[in-house]
Amino acid sequence: MLTLKHEKLINTGFRIAGIILAVGFAALALILAKANPFVAFGNILKGAFSTDKKIADSFVIWIPLIITTCGLAITFTVGLWNIGIEGQITLGAIFTTGIIRLLQDSGVSPTLVIVAAIFAGIVGGMIWALIAGLLKFFGGVSEIFAGLGLNFIATALTIYLIFGPWKRPGVASMSGTVPFDEIFRLPNIPGLRLSPWSLALAVTSVIIVFILLKHTTIGLRMKAVGKNPKAARLMGISSSKYMLLAFLLCGLFAGLAGALQVTAVYYRLIPSISSGYGFMGLLVAMLVNYQVLWAIPVAYLFAALNIGGIQLPIEMHLDSTLSGVIQSSLVLFYLIMDGVRKKMVSKIGEGTHE
Amino acid sequence: MHINLNEISKYYGNLKANDAVSLVIQQGKILGVLGENGAGKSTLMKILSGLIKKDHGDILVNGSKVIIESPKDAIQFGIGMLHQEPRDFPSMAIKENLVVGLANYNREVQPKFESLERLNDNLGFKLDFSGDVSQFTVGERQELELMRLLWLGVEVLILDEPTTGISGGQKDQLFSALRKLASDGKTILFVSHKLDEIQSLCDQAAVMRKGKLVDIIDSPFDQNNLVELMFGRNLSRIPPSRSISSSLCISVENMEIEDFRLNIRDINLDLKKGEVIGLAGMAGSGQRQFLQALAGLIQPVNGSINLEDERINGKNCFFFQQQGIHYVPTSRLEEGLLPGMTLEEHYCLARNNDRFFIQKKTNLKHSREKINTFRIKGNENSRVEELSGGNQQRLLLSLLKEPAKLLLLDDPTRGLDIESANWIWTIMRDRCQSNTAIIFSSSDLEELLFYSDRIMVFFGGTVTKPIAASGLTEDRLGAMIGGKEFAYIEA
Repeated sequence: MLTLKHEKLINTGFRIAGIILAVGFAALALILAKANPFVAFGNILKGAFSTDKKIADSFVIWIPLIITTCGLAITFTVGLWNIGIEGQITLGAIFTTGIIRLLQDSGVSPTLVIVAAIFAGIVGGMIWALIAGLLKFFGGVSEIFAGLGLNFIATALTIYLIFGPWKRPGVASMSGTVPFDEIFRLPNIPGLRLSPWSLALAVTSVIIVFILLKHTTIGLRMKAVGKNPKAARLMGISSSKYMLLAFLLCGLFAGLAGALQVTAVYYRLIPSISSGYGFMGLLVAMLVNYQVLWAIPVAYLFAALNIGGIQLPIEMHLDSTLSGVIQSSLVLFYLIMDGVRKKMVSKIGEGTHE
Repeated sequence: MHINLNEISKYYGNLKANDAVSLVIQQGKILGVLGENGAGKSTLMKILSGLIKKDHGDILVNGSKVIIESPKDAIQFGIGMLHQEPRDFPSMAIKENLVVGLANYNREVQPKFESLERLNDNLGFKLDFSGDVSQFTVGERQELELMRLLWLGVEVLILDEPTTGISGGQKDQLFSALRKLASDGKTILFVSHKLDEIQSLCDQAAVMRKGKLVDIIDSPFDQNNLVELMFGRNLSRIPPSRSISSSLCISVENMEIEDFRLNIRDINLDLKKGEVIGLAGMAGSGQRQFLQALAGLIQPVNGSINLEDERINGKNCFFFQQQGIHYVPTSRLEEGLLPGMTLEEHYCLARNNDRFFIQKKTNLKHSREKINTFRIKGNENSRVEELSGGNQQRLLLSLLKEPAKLLLLDDPTRGLDIESANWIWTIMRDRCQSNTAIIFSSSDLEELLFYSDRIMVFFGGTVTKPIAASGLTEDRLGAMIGGKEFAYIEA
C-alpha cells in the first residue's frame, strides 16, 4: 500500500511533469508561428518582471483573480461547478457603479460612499449566485446551465446600462460610463496603478477562505457534501443548505472582485468589466486542486503571463493571446497528468480490499 | 480445459494479498474457493480473469503458459468472471447489453440470439430478452450475465460471492444451473465465505487464509474442518442476550409505501424498546423502502409512524435523526461513507458539534478511542476507501450516535465473514440492553432467526404481521419468503 508521503511525492512529480509538458507545448506553438520560443519566453518574463511598474500591473490582475478563485474554492469543495462566476463579478460591478452614481452628488462622505459601494457590489454578486442556487434546488436546473444563462443576462444588462440609462452625456460608447471623480476612487500606491486597499482585501480573502475550508465545521461539512451528499444526509448534513451557503459565499467574493474592478481599476462600468477573470479563476482553482494557498503563486503566474504577453505584439509581432495558450495548456496538461497519476495510483492500490 | 496456477503472488506494499498460491483447476468440476474477508480469494480470481496484474507466477491453460492482461484476454482463453455486483448497463436494452462487448459487432448483422434462448431453457432460467435490464432483479441480472459469458464461449466460469443479494429461490436456480454446466464439461470456480453453499454445491474446496492456500479438500466436507481451515480455529455464532422492555418505542399504523415498481400496503408494527425485528424476503421486496420510510428518507403515501404518541411522518430525515432514529445503508462506500475523507474527519462530522472551529485535539482523542473500541484496522488518517469491507462496516456502526432509540440496518452483515458478523451483532445487542430497538433486513435465514425477536416477511407487495422468531424454522421461513404458507402467517 502507498504511504501518504510517497503519494505526495508522486503528486508533486506529476505536477512538475505537467508544467514541463505545457511549456513544451507552448514552445511548439511558437515554432509553428515561426518565432523563437526562447526569445518569446524571455520577452514574456521581461514584460512581467522587468520593472516595479510591471510587477505592480501583474498584481492588479492577481487581485480579482485570487478573490474569485477563493470563492470558487468554496463551490468546488461542495461539488458545484459555478460557471456563473462571470455574471456574479459583473453584477458586483454594476451594483457598485450604481451606488457611486447614486451618491456621488449627494454630499455623503466619499469614504462612506466607497465602502457602501463595495458592500453593494458584494450583495450584487450574492444575489446573482443565489439565483443560480435557487434555480438548481427549486427548478432542477443544473448550476452549469443556470450560470451560463445568467452570465449572458449579466452581459446584456451591462450593455443596456452603458448604452441606456447610464450612457455618457452626448454619445454612448463602448468605453463605458462616465469615470468617477478622483475622490470616489480607491487610492493607489504613489506612482503605481496598484491600490493597497485592494491588495489587503485580496490577502484577507485568502486567509478567510483558507481558515473556513481547513479549520471550521462548516468547511468540513461542505467537503462532506462534495464527496458524498447521500452519506452526508445520513450524518445529519443537509446538502442543499450547504450548497446554497457555498453559492452565497462564492457570490460574495465574486461581487467583491467586481466592486474592486470598478473602484480601484476602471473607475467606471465597462462592457467587459469581469475581463474573463471568472473563467480564469476556474482554471486556477482546478489547477491547484482547490487548495487556496497554492492559488497564491498560480494566480500570480497567470497574471504575470497576461501582463508579459502584452510584450509579444510589441517586440515580436506575435499575437498577445499566446499567453492564453500557455495558461490553457498549463491547465490541460496538469489535468492530463493528474488523470494519468490517478490511473497509476489506482493500479498500484487496486484490489487491496475485497 | 484445465488450468494450472503456479506460484501466483500479488503484493500491495507489505501486504501479501496472494502469497505463492498454486492451484490445479480440473475440467467439469465445481471448485469452491473459501476464505474469510481479506483472505485473498477475490484477488486470485481477479488475476485469473485479467482484472488485476499478478506480480509473480504463471497461469497455464491446458498446459501452456498464457498471458492474461485484461478481461478481454481472459475471455479469449475461455475464462469469464461473474462479479459480486452486476456489471451491466441498466438503462440499455437487454440485447444491447449482450452485444456491447462483442469484439467484431456489426450493426448490420444480427447476432445469433437463438443459441441464447436455448441456453435459457437448458439452464432453467426464465429470462425475457425483450426490454431493458432495469426491469430485472439483481438475481436475474446475474443470470443474464452468466448467460452472456457462456454465449461468448466461456469454458471456465468464475463466480464471486454470487449469492449475495439474491433470494433463496434464485439461489436454488443458480445452483442447479451450475451443476448442469459442470456436468456438460464446464469448469466452475465458486468463491464464497458461506460454508453451507460450499458444502451443498462444490466437488472440491480450496481454502485460503491470509493470502495463502491452506488446503484443498474433496467433498463431502466436514463443517468443523472447513471452519478450522478458514479461521485457524473453531467459530460459531454467539447467542444473543434478550432484553425486551414492555414500553413502546415506535408504532406504525396502516402504512403504505410506493415506489416506481412497488406498492406495499397495510404495514403495522408495535416495536418495543430493546426489541430486534428482522425483515425477511426476496431481494427487492420492499424491505429497504420500509427501513427508509422509518428513517424519514422517503415519505409513506398513507398511514402513520408514531413516536411516543406523536405522529412523525411528513417530517424530514433530520428530524428523525434528532429523535434518535438512524439508518445504516447496505452499500457502505456509495451511501454511508465519504470516500476521500479520513476516519478523523468522519468522526468529527458524526459528532455534529456546532462549534465554529474544529477542535483538533478532542477530535483526535475521540477518533482514537472509537477506532480502538470498534477494533478498526486503520488509523485516524486512513481514508475510508482504504479499509476492507468489514472495517468499513465497523466504522459505519461506530459513527452512530448514542443513545439511539431505533437503528435501521439494511443488511448489516452483507459480505462479511462469520467473525466480523458475530462481532457486529455483539455490539448491536449491547445497544439493545440500553433500550435501543433494531430493525434489520437480511438475506441470511440463519441470521434472521438467530438474532431477531420477531420477523416480518415481505412477499409480492404484502408484509406479514411480526411473527415470533422462536416459532419459526429455516425451512418454514424459506417457504414463506417464497410465498408459500402465507395463509398460515396471516392467521
